[in-house]
Amino acid sequence: MAPLTDADLRGQFVASLEGDAATYRAFLTGVSGHLRAYFRRRLSYAPQDVEDLVQETLLAIHLHRHTYDTDKPLLPWVHGVARYKLLDHFRRRGAAAPSRPTGETDEAAWGSTDNAADEARLDIARLLAALPQRQRFVLEQVKVAGVPAADVASRLGVTESAIKVSIHRSLKWLARWIREPT
Amino acid sequence: MKTDAWISLLATGVEPIGAADRVRARRRDALVLSAGVLVSVVFCLGVLHPNRSFAILVRLPEFWLRETFCALTLALATPPVFALARPGARPPLHPALIGLPILVMAGVAGVWLINAPPSLRYGLIVGHTAAVCPLLISLLALPSGAAYFRVLRAWAPTRPATAGASAGFAAGATGALVYTLHCPELAPPFLASWYVVGMTIPAVLGAILGSRLLRW
Repeated sequence: MAPLTDADLRGQFVASLEGDAATYRAFLTGVSGHLRAYFRRRLSYAPQDVEDLVQETLLAIHLHRHTYDTDKPLLPWVHGVARYKLLDHFRRRGAAAPSRPTGETDEAAWGSTDNAADEARLDIARLLAALPQRQRFVLEQVKVAGVPAADVASRLGVTESAIKVSIHRSLKWLARWIREPT
Repeated sequence: MKTDAWISLLATGVEPIGAADRVRARRRDALVLSAGVLVSVVFCLGVLHPNRSFAILVRLPEFWLRETFCALTLALATPPVFALARPGARPPLHPALIGLPILVMAGVAGVWLINAPPSLRYGLIVGHTAAVCPLLISLLALPSGAAYFRVLRAWAPTRPATAGASAGFAAGATGALVYTLHCPELAPPFLASWYVVGMTIPAVLGAILGSRLLRW
């Protein structure tokens, strides 16, 4: 399957920013192909880390999607996020960036797609199960069962805004835990 | 969890981010930065006090040279902070341009020193307040620095140390501008030395703090 062009992905992402969940899912699937290929080339010595990094970067894209300027090309933004997470991964491991395949710049590693997902070692399901009960319930209702936030809000007797804040906090906590497991 | 399931979780019930949200974010940023400047000004006026000879100083062309120097440095230092706040964004100006007002002031300082009698040169550089000036500028930079960091933490800077340094420098320039309400020194040799040190200290501090506090 030919990789989607910047224009296609950008169109999908802009639609996602407007709240189109189906298009957002297609976008994340498409972009994960780019991420996987990029990380596989830069992590050729540690293929077991690739899928973890793909999942972590998808979360970063989700949490920071508001930082994308819709007037600008999308792929430099995605590449920026991916590169940042890759360098953070190296920093956390205490290793300097490993030697690249000879002569290959970071830009050259970016640009192909790989849709064959490995099993991730990072167990997000287990991490989410460690959330406080109420936060876990809210997250599962809205993000897994697909119940509208307004319905969950009225069921729990809180505002819809409180539900959204709870979900956002849960995902931010997850991102921080992945960075610094305690 | 398989990546497909993770994608499904992220995509389900995704919240839209519209133009109204963007406007709200910009307004929030502007408010936070303004609050930072306000705290600096209040501190400068309340604790340091405005210069007693201010009415006389404003009549001097050297006063306006000093103000322009600080204001221009601040104007050039601010856009890079916002450029560094987003992944993949390129700074609108070449980074070296930020130093242009400093270069010009250094040139003017050089001319002053050359034209001055040798016995007065040291005095032109050191003035009366060389020891405290950089410290007070750095102090006045703190509220703006905190404000910039608050703003940057809501964004996604992909070079945390650089973003912190650039925020620190912008805060330093803000501190310098606020400090001119109190500062008696107008000589370019003084400004080109101690004001620049005063702007650089927050930049260094910003780099160190940025690499810790601006991660995401």
